[in-house]
Parts: sequence; C-alpha cells; structure tokens
Amino acid sequence: MPDAEGHFGPFGGRYVPETLVYPLQQLEEEYFRAQHDPAFQQELDYYLREFVGRPTPLYRAARLTEELGGARIYLKREDLLHTGAHKINNALGQVLLARRMGKTRIIAETGAGQHGVATATVAAMFGFQCVIYMGAVDCERQALNVYRMRMLGAEVVPVHAGQKTLKEAVNEAMRDWVTHIRSTHYILGTAYGAHPYPVMVRNFHRVIGDEARRQILEQEERLPDLLMACVGGGSNAIGLFYPFLNDPGVRMIGVEAGGLGIIPEQHAARFHGGSLGVLQGTRSYILQDEHGQIQMTHSVSAGLDYAAVGPEHAWLHDQGRVEYAYATDEKALEAFMRLARTEGIIPALESAHAVAEAIRIAPTMRKEDIIVINLSGRGDKDVMQVAEKVGLSGSVSAGKCGSGSS
Amino acid sequence: MNRIESRFARLRSQQRKGLVVYIGAGDPHLEATRQLALEFDQAGVDVLELGVPFSDPLADGVVNQLAAQRGLASGTTPSSVLKTVADIRRDSQIPIVLYIYFNLLHRVGLDHFIAQAAAAGVDGLLILDLPPEEADDYEALMRKAGMCPIWLVAPTTPDARIERIARRAQGFIYYVSREGVTGMQSTVSTSIGDMTQRIRQHSQLPIAVGFGISNPDQAREVATHADAIVVGSAIVNRIAQLGSDPTLAAQVGAFVRSLADAVRSASASPA
Repeated sequence: MPDAEGHFGPFGGRYVPETLVYPLQQLEEEYFRAQHDPAFQQELDYYLREFVGRPTPLYRAARLTEELGGARIYLKREDLLHTGAHKINNALGQVLLARRMGKTRIIAETGAGQHGVATATVAAMFGFQCVIYMGAVDCERQALNVYRMRMLGAEVVPVHAGQKTLKEAVNEAMRDWVTHIRSTHYILGTAYGAHPYPVMVRNFHRVIGDEARRQILEQEERLPDLLMACVGGGSNAIGLFYPFLNDPGVRMIGVEAGGLGIIPEQHAARFHGGSLGVLQGTRSYILQDEHGQIQMTHSVSAGLDYAAVGPEHAWLHDQGRVEYAYATDEKALEAFMRLARTEGIIPALESAHAVAEAIRIAPTMRKEDIIVINLSGRGDKDVMQVAEKVGLSGSVSAGKCGSGSS
Repeated sequence: MNRIESRFARLRSQQRKGLVVYIGAGDPHLEATRQLALEFDQAGVDVLELGVPFSDPLADGVVNQLAAQRGLASGTTPSSVLKTVADIRRDSQIPIVLYIYFNLLHRVGLDHFIAQAAAAGVDGLLILDLPPEEADDYEALMRKAGMCPIWLVAPTTPDARIERIARRAQGFIYYVSREGVTGMQSTVSTSIGDMTQRIRQHSQLPIAVGFGISNPDQAREVATHADAIVVGSAIVNRIAQLGSDPTLAAQVGAFVRSLADAVRSASASPA
C-alpha cells in the first residue's frame, strides 16, 4: 500500500495544478468509502460476473508449451472479457464511483482504444455523457475502436498536439477535467497519474490476480513460478502481480515496448532508458531529455506507446521485486502470429509483448515450471495493421489466399 | 525584501493596483523575450511572468501550448531562459516570476535550479504542478535564495486549504479565477469578489487574479476586487500574430500600456 498521500517509496504522489487537488481528495475519500461499502462491492461483483463475463479462464496453452519445450504456459484470458480487454474491470468500477459522486459526464483518454471502448460501454450502460480523447495517430492505427466508441454514443476527440498518441490524449483529458470539474469524472485508464488513481486502478484490476491464484491452485495445486504481463502504464500487470507480491517463490516480469530497439525516441521502455521524473500527476520513471522535456516514444502497439510507467511499478522495480524486460516490435509481431497459429488465439499487440518474452524465456525453464501470462486483450483491433506488416493484406477476393509470413 | 515584495509595498503605499503580464519565453526567440521585458517595464508592468516552455503543458490552453511549442522550436531551454533573465537584469529591475512545470526543476535538482534562478535575478517561482503537500524542501530552499514561492488558489480550493496555502505564500497569492486552463474569455467570472474576500481572511498578502482576462475593460473590472491582475493569453496571442515582425515589442508594448492604464484607472475606486 502507498502512504496516505499516495507515495510508493519515492514514487507516486499528487503533482497537479491547484484546481485538481481538492477534487482528487474528494475522489480519494469517496473511493475509500465505496471500498468498504458492501453494497458497492456487491454491485461491482454482479456486473463483473453478469455483464463483463468474469471469471475469465486460466487456460493451459498446451501446443505452445510443447513447441517451446520448457515451462508449462498458462494464459489468463482477459481477452475474453466483454469489450475485449482487461480495461473494463476498472472502467466499471470507476463508473459506479462516478454515479455515487453524482457526476453526469465521463471523460477518458485512450491509446489502443480498449480503455476508450470500455469507458464508452459503461457510460452507455449507465446513461452518462461520454467524451474520449485519443491521439490522432492512434485514431488511425486503431480505427476499429474509434467506430466502436462512436457506436456506443461517445464523442471521440482526436488530439493533434505533440506526437499525437497516448501522452497527448492524457494532457487533453486533464485539461477537459479541470474545466468541467464539477460535473465530470475522469476515468483514467491505467495505474498511473495522481493519487488515488494508481492505487484505485490497481485495486479494480487485482481481480485478475486473485482469480489466477485460485485457478492455478485448483489446476496445479501450487503457485506459479513466473508471472508475465506487458507494461504500458501498467494496469494489467499490476492487476495480475499484486495478489502474488507476498509469495517470494513467484517471480514476475513486466514487459515494456522495445519498439525498434533501445535508441532514444524509438522505444517506450522506461526502465531501459528512462530516469526519475514527474509527469501527468506522479513521480516515476519517464523518458526525458537532459532538460526534462518528455521524449518521443515509439511502439507498434498504441497501448504501450507511452513515456512514463505507473509509480507502483517503479517502486517494485527499485525494490527488485519485479523484473522489467522489453520486447521489440519485431518480436511482438512474431509472437502475435505464433499464438494465433499454435493456440488459435489472436492476442492484442500489447499482450503479444508478454507472449514474446515468454517465448524467449520458457525454453530455458524446467518442464515442471509454470508460467502464467496475462493475455490482457484480444487482437481484433490490430488485425488490419498486422495484416499489412506481415504481408496478409492483399485482396481478399482475388483467387489465391496466401499463407502469410511463415 | 525582494523585488516582488518591494513592488507590491510601493503599490500599496500609493494605493495603486498592479499589472502582472505573462509571456512564453523564447517565443518567437529569446532576444524578443528580452526586448519585450524591457518594453513592459517602460509600459508600467509590475511583474513579468515568464513561461518556461515544456513539452507537456497540461494546465495551459491552446494559445499558451502553441507558445511553448514555438519556444521549444527556437531552442529555448530552462538554462537559456535563466541566461535571458540575467541579460534583462543588466537594464531592468522589473520583478520576474518563472511560470514552470515541476519536471524541468526536478530534472536538474530543485536546489540547483533555485540557486541558479536566484543568481540570474529571478524573484519568484510559480510551479504549476507542485501543490504544497509535495513541496517540503521547496520552501526552505526558496527562503534561503530570497525568492518568493507563488502559490495558486482555485475556485475549488476550500477554506482550510486556503489557510494552509496562505501560510506558505510569499510575494503575492495568485487566484485562478475560473476552473479551466489558461486562455481568454469573453466574460470574467462573477465570483471573484467573494473569493478574494475569503483569501483576505487568511492572508495580508496581495492577491493577483488571472485566467481569462483579455482586454482593458475586463482588467478594470477585475482590478476592483484584486491587488493586481494577470493577463497572459491575450498578449501571447498578439505575439503569435506578429512573430518576428521588427515592431513586435512596440506593438505588444502599446497593448500592454492600454492594460496598465485600465488597471491604474481602477486604482481610484476602492476594492
């Protein structure tokens, strides 16, 4: 747990303009009240079960395990949730909170569009007005999700500042929030930002790890040896890791976006080229230049293409409790195709980063070892982009259907 | 007493209202910033607020965001802004506050930046995203350097917080007169008088009111409730339109003079 002001060791905190300080204090108070209110928890559990589709399976990936010839691989199937990714766990929790606080309007930022879709979904479900900020570049590369959000009744606002991706969408959402603070709740989509967001978002996602723990004990009668998850802001990873933090035998690896390699502005691996800084409300590892200007980032996956990482991850990193690796665009694309063809599961490009690192590490482990990978989302949104990159994007009606990259 | 404190002491003894002017440093380049500062000094500006360009100015509206982008494009860095302040100090004693995002100080170290800023002739810092709760070392370092920490109060700030902020403030308190980002508005907020009265219950410091003031009429209106008014985006917008025009300083200076005259005319009426 962080301290009373939301610090995880030297990380976290609440670095925001004055207008937001009191609203954040109110949000914190209301969140902690809700957390201890059985009625709130019951309603959340009800919708997680009946609307979102929890619990998700912990699926033994037998063919991938066999092909790699090492540790037994299990997939936590967050990709099977309604709207297609883990993001809805948090969106649902926060929309119930917004309703408690009497807000009438919901805003959110989104990178890959999964958090935007989840937010638009719960806003539609509870009758909130909804505005989603999304970098213009991300709108292009995740166009399917833009259409989904619009169908759900949300207004999608493309953000043209800076590099037109997730970081700029967060800036714009914060500007909106500060302007409409009395009517609006900001459903921040990752375990990042000013207190209480990192702890609140983590708690709404810990259901992933709680379930996985119970399921692996049922299936294997012991805890896993290794947990793996991709890390953008870090919400799916912290959701899986958190319930295992006090199990010393469980190793954990967060996988960042290595982009084109660890060259400035060509990646988003904050633990492999970042340094301590303060951005968008919190103190953590960020990618910045010598003057403190935030650097450009690159990743094939919009959801990992972000210059900062959640403060609890920074703390776990510095304590040595969690290791942080990275996977390049190329390795993530290979893993994306490989999982599709060995397991019949098309993962999100974000989740494919975790799969890529598992593919590298599983063969070095013993056959009795167990790896749990958080398959945080499904890849429908990425199909067009990947098809182009791996040479599957030719005419679909012109005679021969090629077999693609292999 | 530093330059900010002595300026406000003088304004108070003359029963005058003050004018605080914001511009983005390095927009369109730092030599223009220096010339504008000298022009503003002549035009009757009481405090110059220099925005240090940052890549992610999340408290700023589009006018100031674009100014920051132009500042970054002209190669402006926190240290080159400090050098420009030192250059301005050769010709002017106008009180200068840096308006800055915390990461730019954090990167080089708070103590280092504060020492450098004081040495360059900066009089105060307004750190947008550093609330008092995160600022323990900051105040001691500022006091040691003889600079004023300028704190914001917002319409959402409750009384207990106003009291806490007022206890820490030096120089003046900056009241952000509306919920939102920096930028111009056609009407000013109607609750300014109530809020400045609430702040006065906790502090003897002068109160400057800003966010959304864009013309002499608004300046005059707000000045009746405040000790000083802050104008930013309306000036930044003129700088954007003129760019590298050789008459930039003179033309912007003329507009600023009209604001200074309006503020002065409000000084006659009691707050």
